[in-house]
Amino acid sequence: MSSVAVIDYGMGNLHSIAKALQHAAPDVDVRVVSDKKSILSADRVVFPGVGAMRDCMHALQGSELNLVITQVAQTRPLLGICLGMQALLTSSEENHGTECLNILPGRVKHFSENLYAANGERLKIPHMGWNQVEQKNHPLWEGIAQNSRFYFVHSYYTQPEDSAIVAGTTEYPEKFACALAKDNIFAVQFHPEKSQTAGLQLLNNFLHWDGQA
Amino acid sequence: MSLAKRIIPCLDVDNGRVVKGVKFVDIRDAGDPVEVARRYDREGADEITFLDITATHHDRDTIVHVVEQVASEVFIPLTVGGGIRKLEDIRRMLNAGADKVGINSAAVFNPEFVREAAEKFGSQCIVVAIDAKKVSGAGEANRWEIFTHGGRKETGIDAIEWAKKMVRYGAGEILLTSMDRDGTREGFDLDLTRAISEAVTVPVIASGGVGNLQHLADGVTKGKADAVLAASIFHFAEYSVQEAKEHMASQGIEVRLT
Repeated sequence: MSSVAVIDYGMGNLHSIAKALQHAAPDVDVRVVSDKKSILSADRVVFPGVGAMRDCMHALQGSELNLVITQVAQTRPLLGICLGMQALLTSSEENHGTECLNILPGRVKHFSENLYAANGERLKIPHMGWNQVEQKNHPLWEGIAQNSRFYFVHSYYTQPEDSAIVAGTTEYPEKFACALAKDNIFAVQFHPEKSQTAGLQLLNNFLHWDGQA
Repeated sequence: MSLAKRIIPCLDVDNGRVVKGVKFVDIRDAGDPVEVARRYDREGADEITFLDITATHHDRDTIVHVVEQVASEVFIPLTVGGGIRKLEDIRRMLNAGADKVGINSAAVFNPEFVREAAEKFGSQCIVVAIDAKKVSGAGEANRWEIFTHGGRKETGIDAIEWAKKMVRYGAGEILLTSMDRDGTREGFDLDLTRAISEAVTVPVIASGGVGNLQHLADGVTKGKADAVLAASIFHFAEYSVQEAKEHMASQGIEVRLT
């Protein structure tokens, strides 16, 4: 039986992601864990998170999980979700500038204050709700229709240095990278655990992924 | 390619049962919130809101169990409101599987609670619920104030100013209910909805008064709401969530069709 570790570092509730993983793949052993040994003994690792970046980085550094995640990123399939995606980049504008894990070179930026849609409608921040994802070719999109909607809630977005790692984009109103993929790493801005059928399919794909693009 | 307007069915739960005279023919237990939530999920609801109207503190554990059960099998965002007064209440709901909590009267009595809650758990999970009633007379400029205790108790607080203040304090979303329209089936108070939605930067959910599908569409096109919430039109199975979305889509509103 393969196993997946959901990293618990005190940022947000992990009930949803654990339940969704179990539902997506009943044949997988899902563990919510916070220690190095348990994380490194799992076949795959999910790095979730909600909240503010500075708290996130403090929590990771305080428990040395930053080092563990860097190690995971070199050794097995890793799925970053929301703040867990953003934390993989070099730095974030949040909290007046926060250094992140620098596993995927790039920056995390805040949406502009005054956003308007093409029809003149003012766009709200956070970007909250179901938006469409334009997929680039990657095994984690297997079985999910192109332009399917996923559930988002965020005010910051990632801007990787290397555009070749962008695995999916969403418009709000400009195109931004909502999925990144590099080797055994996949990271998404939306919440697959809250994105019904499409989200469960993506989790299922991850839980059976060998880490090869 | 753009963000969809959301349709959010709301379940009023009293001591573990859905109330408002629910009459279903096609599900086993008409008043079981878990069954109702399952059905809304199947029909394509974008989120589900539970409003706990249980009167006694002692019986509040039941809503926790409802949320736990729903969260184990329904994978869309869940919001729980009603009786959220302390940080501990929020933690319990999030641990049970809720994604957001609705804070209503506790925010009026102690606005700092909203700030503390947003700092502790993040703005993304803090929905401030506002119950507003029109206080201006005929011929006067529109003015709405905040009411508590189900619309019975006035506070003298201006609704628009209050909404802006709650956003400054960390509300990630506003659930706006017109107490004039709630239960009337005459449609949203569109002037109120538009006034609040244009005054704040965060998404606004319109609530109170939906009697037909056109009311939902009007909430978005005329009220400028980011999401629309309704209870009874879905409870009575008059309309399905799917039908509501098809109706909205027919008027050019971006919706998530499943």
